[in-house]
Amino acid sequence: MTDSNAQGVLVVGEIEHGAPSAATLELLAAGRALLRKLPGEHLSAVLAGERAADAAARAIAAGVDIVYTIEADADVASHPDALVAAGLEAAKAASPRIVLGPRTVLGREVLPRLAFRLGTALAQDCTALDLDDQRRLTVTRPIYGGAIQATVTCLSTPSVAAVRPKAYDAEVADSGRAGTVVPLTLDLASTVRARLVERVTRPVEGKRLEDARVIVSGGRGLGGPEPFKKLEELAGLLHGTVGASRAAVDAGWVPAAMQVGLTGKTVTPDVYIAVGISGASQHMAGCGSAKTIVAINKDPNATIFKHAHYGVAGDWQKVLPAFMDQLHELLR
Amino acid sequence: MPLHIVVLAKQVTDSEAPASAYSVDATGKRVVLQGSVPFIVNGFDENAVEAALRIKDAAPDRRITVVSAGTEFALDVVKKPVAMGAEALVLLQDGAFQNTIDPLFTVRALAAAIHKLGQVDLVLAGRQASDWDNSQVPLGVAETLGWPVIHVTQRVDVSGATVRAHRVLPDGHEVVEAPLPAVVTVSNELGSPRYPNMRGIMASKRVQPTVWTAADLGVSRPAPALELAAAALPKRTVETELIKGDDDADAGRKLAMRLREARLL
Repeated sequence: MTDSNAQGVLVVGEIEHGAPSAATLELLAAGRALLRKLPGEHLSAVLAGERAADAAARAIAAGVDIVYTIEADADVASHPDALVAAGLEAAKAASPRIVLGPRTVLGREVLPRLAFRLGTALAQDCTALDLDDQRRLTVTRPIYGGAIQATVTCLSTPSVAAVRPKAYDAEVADSGRAGTVVPLTLDLASTVRARLVERVTRPVEGKRLEDARVIVSGGRGLGGPEPFKKLEELAGLLHGTVGASRAAVDAGWVPAAMQVGLTGKTVTPDVYIAVGISGASQHMAGCGSAKTIVAINKDPNATIFKHAHYGVAGDWQKVLPAFMDQLHELLR
Repeated sequence: MPLHIVVLAKQVTDSEAPASAYSVDATGKRVVLQGSVPFIVNGFDENAVEAALRIKDAAPDRRITVVSAGTEFALDVVKKPVAMGAEALVLLQDGAFQNTIDPLFTVRALAAAIHKLGQVDLVLAGRQASDWDNSQVPLGVAETLGWPVIHVTQRVDVSGATVRAHRVLPDGHEVVEAPLPAVVTVSNELGSPRYPNMRGIMASKRVQPTVWTAADLGVSRPAPALELAAAALPKRTVETELIKGDDDADAGRKLAMRLREARLL
């Protein structure tokens, strides 16, 4: 598995509207940060999809030295089978020491499969990347639903890592940068084995949890579906959106799409207001990166108070209406 | 031959254990659970068992075999899928099958077991296990066997030689079809797994698991890909500012004023 000729970092990117996706741009920054410890080595990226050439120009401005492009219909390129094939082809061309990809809905399937195709296993859900003194990739990642923070050393060449979106900040683009575009010829459509029959989208009410600056979340302590209307009202006041813990979803009070946590959505709002949520590690895995956490919980010993910046240990039925009345005053 | 489904199910420590139950031993490399945290079947794997049972409900001559790899098993725990309605249990039990962060050996052993079982049409597994949260063993099994895969689904149906599954998306789902044999991973959106009934529990007592070692499977340990260099409890950097008032309502008002003062809202 070791290849002494391997060099550089390859990012398996995603295209959105003819440009590298936000999560891809973050990984390009992560790749550049690693390359500071690998002088003389290159950052490459593979971009497959519609308007791959346009996306390649943006990637070069974001710091990529070599972009491998594969033109394909967006529907084909958003298929995991196709992106695995594209990543594999680019890895053959680039022979990188490190392969990175974003742990998105697509990446969560593509990266483990790509790692196995490359004869290794994936460093999953990384929140930080570094090189040790032997230039091996070492990653930081949560395990046991976030109860433990692990440092994992990647022993194979190439090493493959899936990075949590928003773990890195994208760098400012510099359109004066030079880079090389290498078009790869690969019929991506022929790689698709699990065929898409139809896509069923459910209109999302209000802002998406992933994009919200303020999230008001409710848990088991709310006692039923009705109080979520109160949370909606508060979220409306703050131009935010409403989330829920697994307990509230499992109880059938709100739809699964609202779930924040390890098995739901990972959110990074500026303010996360947790109402009647105990703060189980699997929930915190989804909201622990919020800039400010505010907790309202009856139980002063609830775990949520270990994570919250501000808290009220009290009955939400009394705390929340007064909180909202006061906010109305203040925001008027 | 009637459809044969294999469900991959992992025995894990109870994922509902509070964060305070976790610590790290003196080596700094091993996670230790304090107190009596029970073993369970990984939650998502129970969802996969439920998916298999629903496929079997549609045509009762279909067979379900549960396969689990590990060093030691709590029999009453790993027999739960049988009590729920699966026919057979195969334990890949060997001191070599240590539960580490590196999934390569487990993938190799499970793929070999599926070969050894003969006719297998569909492999179902949970989307991830609640200990390492690696979410890659079923995908590795699919790649090793060269089978198509549908990852993170909320519904699975089989008709003829085709599996059709609903892949979970943030704003809906995709209906995806693959030819059998295939691997499909299942998420909690599928719905709650059924409880074993008394008949199932009694029947499961009579089922003796088939036990295979690494030598039985003819597998050897591959070069490691990943190593746990260190484990630590997440640093608690947050100082909680508890807002107090004359009563709960007063505390609520003061919270609003404090958050506004800090320019957070």
